[in-house]
This record gives sequence, C-alpha cells and structure tokens, in this order.
Amino acid sequence: MIFSFDLLINAVVSGILIGGFYAAVTSGVSLSFGILDIVNIAHPAFIILGSYVAYIVNATLGIDPILTAIIATPAFYVLGAGIYQIYYVSFEKRGQESLRGLAFFFGLLFITEVSLVLYFGVDYRYVEAPYIGPTLHFGVIGMPLRMLVPCVVSLLLIAGLQLVLTRTFIGRAIMAVAQDQLALRLMAIDPIRIKRIAFGISIATASLAGAFLIIIQPVEPSVGREYIGRVFAICVLGGMGSLPGAVIAAMLIGVVESLTSTFYGPSWAPAVSFGFLLLTLAVRPAGLLGR
Amino acid sequence: MRTPLFLAICLAVAAAVFAGAVAVGNDYVFFAGYVILQYVVLSTAWNILGGYCGYVNFGSAAFFALGAYSTVAIYKLMGANDLPHIVPMPVLMLVGGVVSGVVGFGMGYLTLRLRGAFFAIATLALAVVLQTLIVNWDFVGGSRGAYILRPEEVPLIGSYIKYLFLVMLLLAVAALVIARLIERSRLGYGFATIRDDELAAEASGVPTLKLKLIATTISGALMGMAGAPFPYYIGYLQPSSTFGLDYAVNSIAMPLIGGTTSWVGPLIGTILLGSLQQIATVTISSAVNLLLVGVILVVFVIVAPNGVIGIVHTYWQRKPDDFVGRRRVETDAPGSVP
Repeated sequence: MIFSFDLLINAVVSGILIGGFYAAVTSGVSLSFGILDIVNIAHPAFIILGSYVAYIVNATLGIDPILTAIIATPAFYVLGAGIYQIYYVSFEKRGQESLRGLAFFFGLLFITEVSLVLYFGVDYRYVEAPYIGPTLHFGVIGMPLRMLVPCVVSLLLIAGLQLVLTRTFIGRAIMAVAQDQLALRLMAIDPIRIKRIAFGISIATASLAGAFLIIIQPVEPSVGREYIGRVFAICVLGGMGSLPGAVIAAMLIGVVESLTSTFYGPSWAPAVSFGFLLLTLAVRPAGLLGR
Repeated sequence: MRTPLFLAICLAVAAAVFAGAVAVGNDYVFFAGYVILQYVVLSTAWNILGGYCGYVNFGSAAFFALGAYSTVAIYKLMGANDLPHIVPMPVLMLVGGVVSGVVGFGMGYLTLRLRGAFFAIATLALAVVLQTLIVNWDFVGGSRGAYILRPEEVPLIGSYIKYLFLVMLLLAVAALVIARLIERSRLGYGFATIRDDELAAEASGVPTLKLKLIATTISGALMGMAGAPFPYYIGYLQPSSTFGLDYAVNSIAMPLIGGTTSWVGPLIGTILLGSLQQIATVTISSAVNLLLVGVILVVFVIVAPNGVIGIVHTYWQRKPDDFVGRRRVETDAPGSVP
C-alpha cells in the first residue's frame, strides 16, 4: 500500500462529492424518520424506483435524468401521500405503528424490489447524459462531472428544503408536528394533513435521489439495500431531523468511506457507515446536531 | 398443560411427521421439509424478541449466517489441521448458538437502551457489517463461497438429508417448548409488559434492559443453531445467499401472519407460508414466491393485525354475542377502537 498525497486528496474530494449525493438520499429519511417518526425503511426502494423512472425516460425519449426526476416529483409526492394515508389509517390511528408499521414498510421494500426484478431483471441499467463522461481537473484533483452535478443539485435541493421548512407556513407546521400534535390541532391545523404533506415531500425527494444514483453508478434493483443502513446511519449521526446535520454527516461518512476504499479496498467500504451507526448509537444517540 | 406433557406431545407429533416423511419414500420430502422446519425455528426465535417484547429484528439472516459460518470455520479448521471433518452436529449447533447468542447480546447492549426503532435499524446494519466481514475473510471462503462435503450415510438413520431433517425437527421441538415455557413464566410476563408499555413497566420495577437482553440472546442463539447445519444441507455456502433478504423477510412475515402473542402463531404462519412458498417455487418461480410473501405480509398487517390467531379469536368471541343480542356486534364494527 503506497501512501501518496495525490491519492489522499482525491479520495477526500470524491468523498465530499459522494457525500453530497448521500445528503440527498438522506434528506427524505430525515423528514420521515427524523421529523415525523415514521420509520420508512422502504425509502431506498423508492429511490431505486426513481432511478428506474429516470432510466426508462432516458432510454426511450433521451431526456436528461435530472430533468425527468424534477418532472416526476409530483407523481412521487402523490405516491408518498397515498402511502401515508394507508399507514395512518391502518397503523397510526390504531396505535400499532411500532411493530406492524415497520413490517408494513419492510413488505413495501420487498414488493418494490421484487417487482423491479421481475420486470427489468437483475441487469445493471445506466443512463446517458452529456456530463457523465468528462472530468474537471484542478491540478492533481480530478472531479468527475457525473459526481459533481448530482452533488451540486442535491445541495441545492437541501437548501431549498431547509428554506421551506424554516420560512414557509407549511414548513413550520411540519416542524411543529414533530414537537406537539395537540398544540397544532389547537391552532386549527390538521396534523394528519401536515404529516401527509411532509411524507409526500419526503418520497418526492426520492425521485431526485434516484436520478442522482443512476447518474453516479449503474443500478440494479437490490442496490437499494446497501443504502438502508447508510441513510439511517447518516440521519442518526447528523441528529434526527436536522438537515444541516445530515449534510455534515453525509460528507463525513462519504469521506471516510472513500478513504477506506482507496486505502483498504472497496470491499470494506460498506462496513464504515454501519460502524459509524453503531458507534453513534452507543456513544451519542442524539447525533451531531441533535435536537 | 404441564411442560413435560407438552414436550411429550410435541415429540409424538415430531415422530409422526418423521415417520410420515419416511413413508413417502422420496428424498425431496426431506429437502422441502428441512426448509420449513428451519423456518419454524427462525420464526419462533424471531417471535421471542419481536412478538413477546415488541422489538423488531431485521437481522435474522445475520444471526442465521453466523451459525452457518461458524460451522464452516470449524470445518476448515479441522481440514487445516488434518483432523477428520466430521464434527457431531449437536456440537456444531452449540457453537453456532453460542456465537450468535453472544453477538445478539452485544448488539442488544449497544442499542436496546434507545428507542425501539434504533434497534431495528441497527439490526439491519449488523447484517451488512457481518456480510462485509465474511466477504473479506478468506479462511471461510470469502466472496467465492465455501464447499462442504457432506457424509453420504449416517449409521442407523440412512441418508444424510434424513439425519439433517431429524436434527432440525428436534431443534424445532426445542424452540417451540422454549417459546411456550417463556410465555408462561415470569420472564414471559415481563416481556409482555415491555411490549405493552415499556415506560410503565420500568416505573413498576420491571428490569426492562435485563429482560430485553435475555430475549435478544435467546432469540439470537436459536437463530444461530438453526443456521449451523445449513452448510451441510446446501453443500456450497456463499455470503450473498446466506445473508439473503428472504431469511429476514420470512422470519418476520411468518409470525406476523400466524399471530405474534403465542408460540402457536409462528408455527401456523410458517406452515402456511412455508408450504405456499415450496409450492410456488416449484410451480411458478422463486422470484414470484418472494413477491407473494411481501404482498401477503403487507395485506396481513393491514387487514388482520393479530394474524391467523387473531382471526380465530374474534370468530370465537363473536359467535356467542350473536345469540346475546345485536348491539355488541354493531359496536365491534371494523375500524372502531375496542
């Protein structure tokens, strides 16, 4: 193993870039798990669904995957709102969300994944876009555009989400629903409606995250599973429901993973985030910027 | 029913099952039956933590694989030291059980002091960490997988698959007896208080952390024991299939479909779902059978939250009401909180 400065700096840079993408993946979970307390472990499956939507449109019409994803967000929003409605009626209302709600999302994850396998097979799919090939060079640092573009767009997405959450009425209501549902009801706001909107937004981000994923790497249906632990690790490490925390945590995990795969080999990289998760849970469960 | 009587009945049923399988005279029965019995153990083990305490474990595959890989490690160790490969199966199961039990304990110690959801997520994470470790551990085959040569014959019993079937049958009986014993002991009542209201239980002096750790350890150990004979069954063990999601989903779906509050639930769920899957795998395809499990799981948790047992219970409870009067039946309309 030869330790070189170039290698190190490139690993850090690509870690930060991939961290930007992880942040986008996590933002949806931060909303659903962090703020609404809905343990949506099926979130990665929706991301893969987003990837496949981007793939189909790209392969048939040749439209840019990110553009497709933005157009598809309303559809994902409706899907999310629908799922929340089923979840609310079947579990939250009956007070059974912990055990059966988890099993419900686990079942959804499974159904989505197997359906994709049955329809598309287990071949890796990829998209074509002008920014997938080239790489920007700054001295010794190389920045592949296929990583840089998703990173920049995902940071924009998170900034937008953060603005919505802190500046708009709906956003503040979403933050409030996490703290005190009863108080919200006293303000004549329907907490269920607010939660439905929030969950819809959370699934809508999966559309974009899915497009980023298929730009960064070829996708097959079970890829999502690797992201389950990773997104929850980032969400917990950043502090539940804190978007800035999620960005910091995502970059941190991105960098450590990238260093691990550069210096120890890629087969060790998956263990990093999970090590982080276990460590966070054991040492500081509130996370970096926890409330 | 006293436990010795229950054990005797279980053993009698097990003997009847074995005799029946032998009577069919086709080895396929043993291969298919082994899988179902293995799921009886896995779902019963899952239910000890998930059903009794209300803590969801998504890492069943990890505990199962730990058992399987400890067998492989012993097998390789014997091979490396030129010792005979045959280690008695009970020893292997004991080792697998201890390894998984210890990991279950450690895992529980790290995460059980937090909210339930964290434990569930951490178990998901555990599966991936362990898979990464196994993939990178060349001694047990790494990502290439490991071959296990199974003996042709076993004295007194006959073909090796028959022997494995018998071993798994006995383990299934043991798992059911343990589950029933827990259910009716102080331990079981403690678990139930955790499931119903952990805060209230803690406040009334139930040592919740200790009980939860006992549950994770027993549950993990049983899963490891179920995994220990697996390499001999399959002959070629590979990380991606041993850590497969189907173990995790099945060991959750089976108790939830059967009913989680009693030892009968996982058994019913496993027999229903396990047989269905064996049929679907043979007649349609193995991917469709997994889809089937997912759909059935989702439908059951929404429509029949207490599983088959719950359906039977409401049926028994409603029947007399029909004779007493209509009022009670009307207020029991679906969706209303009892």
